[in-house]
Amino acid sequence: MRFELTPLRVIAAKEFQDRLRNRWVLVIGVVFAAFALLIAYFGGAQQGAVGFKGIELTIASLTSLVIYLLPLIALILGFDAIVGEKERGSLDLLLSMPITRLELLLGKYLGLAGALAVATLGGFGLAGGVLGWQLDANALYHYAGFVLSALLLGLSFLSIALLISVLASDRTRASGLAIGAWFAFVLVFDLLLLGLLVASAGEVNSQFAAYALLFNPADVFRILNIFSMAEVQSLYGLATVFPESLANPLLLGGVMVAWIVGPLALAIWRFK
Amino acid sequence: MTSNVIELRQVSKHYGDFTAVDNLTLSIASGQVFGLIGHNGAGKSTLFKMMLGLIPSSSGEILIEGERVSGARFREVRRMIGYLPENIVLYDNLSGLETLQFFARLKGANPTSCPALLDKVGLIHAGKRRVRDYSKGMRQRLGFAQALLGNPRLLFLDEPTNGLDPEAIHHFYALVAELKAAGSTVILTSHILAEIQQRVDALALMQSGRLQATGTVAALSSAIQLPLEIHLTAAASARPALRAQLALAGFDDLRETPAALIVLCPSDKKRAALAVLTQLGEAVQDIAFREPSLEDVFLSHIRTASPLLATHQEAVCALN
Repeated sequence: MRFELTPLRVIAAKEFQDRLRNRWVLVIGVVFAAFALLIAYFGGAQQGAVGFKGIELTIASLTSLVIYLLPLIALILGFDAIVGEKERGSLDLLLSMPITRLELLLGKYLGLAGALAVATLGGFGLAGGVLGWQLDANALYHYAGFVLSALLLGLSFLSIALLISVLASDRTRASGLAIGAWFAFVLVFDLLLLGLLVASAGEVNSQFAAYALLFNPADVFRILNIFSMAEVQSLYGLATVFPESLANPLLLGGVMVAWIVGPLALAIWRFK
Repeated sequence: MTSNVIELRQVSKHYGDFTAVDNLTLSIASGQVFGLIGHNGAGKSTLFKMMLGLIPSSSGEILIEGERVSGARFREVRRMIGYLPENIVLYDNLSGLETLQFFARLKGANPTSCPALLDKVGLIHAGKRRVRDYSKGMRQRLGFAQALLGNPRLLFLDEPTNGLDPEAIHHFYALVAELKAAGSTVILTSHILAEIQQRVDALALMQSGRLQATGTVAALSSAIQLPLEIHLTAAASARPALRAQLALAGFDDLRETPAALIVLCPSDKKRAALAVLTQLGEAVQDIAFREPSLEDVFLSHIRTASPLLATHQEAVCALN
């Protein structure tokens, strides 16, 4: 069956416009901008000083926040994309149109991804604009890297959300799976890895543990936004040298893209 | 032109051990209004979904204008089909007009045709209101307008008059007649048999996933030879004498209700019955004739069917 762009574009446009209309994009964008500015100016308040303390500290704090927040937002955005239509009873009518399931699913993903991208780039971009006059080229480069990696993080969890939406038989189960995925990737994964390293008392190669981090988009995002290897070691308790190859932003970006394409491909396969 | 727009050949649908559609073969001629009737759970909606390519059949072949609906030319086939699902669900956040425009774009129909379609189903005044604020009947009409997008040559309407008031039902069938006059084929399901009896050219009776009968209403009625009912209004005191007179003339298949004495007259004995009726005299205050309705045809078929009917329906409910 030939792939056509028009039905895909119609579905994507509807999803995107729905999110604009119910102010989802606006609210999430404002939340991101507000958090970024609050952290930039008041992140050091515990140390007794208020004011912008440099981009490294800001990005480090923002990273810890975004790693919890963005996956949750993306999962909530996408978990009912398909199962919601199915449960409400509107899926049959959609599928009776001249559209393939592939076009429907990709259209849904692209529309939601567009909404997430506008909120993320808009929110953090706005904050970057406000901070801009205090940043030099190098700091701006790091901040842009942070924003881009945050977008990739969101898109990968949106992809996981679409997979959940195809797999789950009803909305309740889909929401359970989405929360479960959030716990697993954001909280449990690191704890397990750390536990494994500690419990095995060095028998598990920490090099292996470093590579295992690639199996979690949240960790890939964290590594992408880390400035020094010492920081990595203190975060993950990796005793030996962190593999140099892992610190390559292109490779890490590629892994993120794989985390976007992989779950989406699985979702397409299951939805057919 | 009497070519067949739909051909079903030995189509079955199984869900595990349960058979929703059982070895069904049916042809529907182009340009007619075709009714598919049966109880809830008889397999009508499943059959509709298979014809639309929404669910695959377990076996058999379904052709729409000679094409497989899920085949390489599925887009062309789908563009000429309009579908109104049972209990249609639309997007609450869109207005009526936006809903139509969305489906028009998906279908490759011209979105500028939407206001005219809204007008056609009597919703032009509500086009800018959100579907959230629509009544059930309004949603149903909007769903029908959606099915009409792109001037489809073939319409699948699943319980189309659900939630419509009598006036809207009348208007709906007027539109169906227009569609037929314009050469479209309309296939509709209903469980309100009296409603479609006057409005379909042919129909199929479905029960437990099987085709019980198919043909025109007249052909089905005469094939089953349902008796004509003659309702005689008479005082209770006069009835025994009437019964005796009727029995003497060979009409001993009688039923009695508080309002009337009912004579069940085989269709080939109408003349004889008329002759007897004229001799009954003053004791009969009023006479009414009732031809067998589609309902009777249907019930007569159901009576001869398997006692597993209830179980079958439960199974379908569980599946849904």
